[in-house]
Amino acid sequence: MRSRDWGLRIGTGLFGLVLIAIVAAIGLELSRQSTLSIQKFGIDFWRTQTWDPVAGEFGAFPFIWGTLYSSILALALAAPIAVGIAIFISEFCPTWLKQPLIFLTELLAAIPSIVYGLWGIFVLVPAVRALEVSMPATLRQLPFFSGPPLGVGMLSAVLILAIMIIPFTSSVSREVLKAVPVAQREAAYALGATRLEAIRAALFYARTGIVGAIMLGFGRALGETMAVTMVIGNNPQVSWSLFAPQYTMAAVIANEFTEAADDLYLHALIEIGLVLFAITLIVNSLSRLLIWSMASTQRQSSAAVAIAGEAAA
Amino acid sequence: MEPDAVAVQSPLRVIPVERQPLGDRPVKIDVAALSFYYGNQCALDHISIQIRSNLVTAFIGPSGCGKSTFLRTLNRMNDIIPGTRVEGRVRIGDRDIYGQDVDVVALRRQVGMVFQKSNPFPKSIFDNVAYGVRINGLARTQSQLRAAVEKSLRAAALWEEVKDRLHDSALALSGGQQQRLCIARALAVEPDVLLMDEPASALDPIATQRIEELIYRLKADYTIVLVTHNMQQAARVSDVTAFFWLGRLIETDRTEKMFTSPREKLTEDYVTGRFG
Amino acid sequence: MNRTARRKLLSAVFVGACTACVLVALIPLALILFFVVSQGISALNIEFFTHMPTPVGEPGGGMANAIVGTLILIGLGAVIAVPVGILSGVYMAEYSGSRLAGAIRFAADTLNGVPSIVIGIFVYGIAVLPFQQFSTLAGCVALGTMMIPIIARTTEELLLLVPATMREGALALGATRARAVFTVIMPAALPGIVTGVVLALARIAGETAPLLFTAFNNRFFSTRLDQPIASLTVQVYTYAISPYEDWHRQAWAGALVLVTIVLLCSVLSRFATRRLERMHAR
Repeated sequence: MRSRDWGLRIGTGLFGLVLIAIVAAIGLELSRQSTLSIQKFGIDFWRTQTWDPVAGEFGAFPFIWGTLYSSILALALAAPIAVGIAIFISEFCPTWLKQPLIFLTELLAAIPSIVYGLWGIFVLVPAVRALEVSMPATLRQLPFFSGPPLGVGMLSAVLILAIMIIPFTSSVSREVLKAVPVAQREAAYALGATRLEAIRAALFYARTGIVGAIMLGFGRALGETMAVTMVIGNNPQVSWSLFAPQYTMAAVIANEFTEAADDLYLHALIEIGLVLFAITLIVNSLSRLLIWSMASTQRQSSAAVAIAGEAAA
Repeated sequence: MEPDAVAVQSPLRVIPVERQPLGDRPVKIDVAALSFYYGNQCALDHISIQIRSNLVTAFIGPSGCGKSTFLRTLNRMNDIIPGTRVEGRVRIGDRDIYGQDVDVVALRRQVGMVFQKSNPFPKSIFDNVAYGVRINGLARTQSQLRAAVEKSLRAAALWEEVKDRLHDSALALSGGQQQRLCIARALAVEPDVLLMDEPASALDPIATQRIEELIYRLKADYTIVLVTHNMQQAARVSDVTAFFWLGRLIETDRTEKMFTSPREKLTEDYVTGRFG
Repeated sequence: MNRTARRKLLSAVFVGACTACVLVALIPLALILFFVVSQGISALNIEFFTHMPTPVGEPGGGMANAIVGTLILIGLGAVIAVPVGILSGVYMAEYSGSRLAGAIRFAADTLNGVPSIVIGIFVYGIAVLPFQQFSTLAGCVALGTMMIPIIARTTEELLLLVPATMREGALALGATRARAVFTVIMPAALPGIVTGVVLALARIAGETAPLLFTAFNNRFFSTRLDQPIASLTVQVYTYAISPYEDWHRQAWAGALVLVTIVLLCSVLSRFATRRLERMHAR
């Protein structure tokens, strides 16, 4: 009897609603807990550069700066490498090497952020400091390399972020490439294309999906907390210099949340969290839209589910 | 029952077909003006047919003609496809199965189905056959359950081959054995009617022959409706044949008559292979 | 050189570049594993697993409370997350085309992309602030919330992989839809689902940010749900940013334990997936 099946639908549907409710609740709770700061500072919160909680000055521009600077630079570094790996695994890789290689990239993705941070503090930062110290004086004139060579700073953060988003972006790109019908490449080869040209044909076909994969990586970088806060220096200054210690939105929340003595301070930090939530929401939704639109034009819904599953894992 | 005509010869065995006037058999399934729609597209157009007890009725026709769709309306399997609509009446016993307050779950117990590609569950042989028995509460004790499983496996002519490995995975059986397992599974819930959707199409000739022999034996206890794209199979195994074309039922008659002197020209063209 | 030769050379250069990408990515992996193992193994001893942290500056001590804490947090987090995740996954798979399924899918993917620190703030607001105290329960809620979308998506993906004829076979025998799902389809997908849950557990065992202001930390051994609790990740963090050599060594040891857990779960899941594929290939 059909009414018997309603039990299944309602029962499982309720749990699905819980999921939706959680997401809504996050947005609501964050908004609710940041009202003091929003009301007091308004939009100037994000234009002011001074963050001095002791003096009661809350300017969050350095955090947006730090977040965007570190994430965009890390993405610029990581995206080509990640896509290169994806292409290698799906196109050139000898069969015996495929599974081990995929396993290794998954391993890289699974290493906890805190371990990256630990390695960052004790291995990467000294190495970066050595690099900074040995930088020739002529380059030091450039705004990108000015300032004392502390080791901790934007450069270390960028490097560690890049390493962290490579495996994720790579695996999503690989799934995207898998969704390209074989016929595309075969058509290219049949017309006398070289390996590169056939791959270019496949890449062109998959371009929206790959952009989506890169954006997903960007979203990950934006929200990365622990590894960044351990190597970026945690100084709320705005600087083009890669040597300069700076601050990101996630890092300031992690560091100062438990020390927020008064409500305004707390609300300011939560407002930062709210904006971080909003930005990652937009970036992730956009990227998934891109990936979905690419996978669904081929009506490969199972591929889309697999890609999303990959992105979830 | 005089075998007054040994009706059809198969290359491997000769299966005698009874020549009892069909009118004597009670009607098991009475279909009146059944139409079926996928959204706006009409897949079955006013089908009327009477399927009689303890006979094998075969549905034949070119692919896409609706015979499988029609088969699935008889146990309301099409209900699980969203956006479909049924008009008309299908009467089994004294009730229209598409009427109000019909218990679809009970219907599916009464009208069993065997699918084209065998679909044993990834469980043991025993658990596959026992599944229907368990969920319908047909056995109250373990020994009753075991007896029911053995009875079904014997009826499906599979018992001797699996009796020593009942708890092995069903997926370890060969294709033909898996299909007989699916038949045993369907028989275990004690249906009156067995719907078979091209049950041997994925099997080799030897396995096919065993299925066909099985069908012949089963009709003594069950009413069997068989969809097949293989006309020779229909000729070998069935008592009544119904010819479908583009969603319409063109002609129904006794099998030998359908294949030797059908009424409709379309039927004759099909069975003589002029189109397919 | 002529056009064909140039095209072929470009192609070869491209292949080389892609190979270089792979190597470039593998170098940090090798370096990280190398340092974690070499630095961590020296501090890894029985004491690490059985002793409590010693007061600041004193050598010795271990992370027993942190290890137990992590186990409790992920265990109870799973208790929250597994039912919600699996049943949401069932809905998404069974009613795949419906609007609600689309909404759930969107919510799951969104929740997946939410930075873990933001989840920490959220749980702080709903589970710490009202009671004016950090607690194990809050930490469990935070970790559980992170697990839900992973489990839901994995469950959906695996249920969709089970052939449709299996559902039809069950329905044709007189099973209700619910029965068909829970007695045939789920058991068929179960190995994969279990693997997914294990992987989700491994992933959240390595999370630090959401615990920073929910479960906070605890120098003492505690299993009470209403008190803060130590966890491996937060402990490693605390030790790493401290100025004490001995604590640094222990931080490496903690990192080694975390990486080992991750490695084991990855290997196990690969093994399980291969067995699953072999089962379904028949």
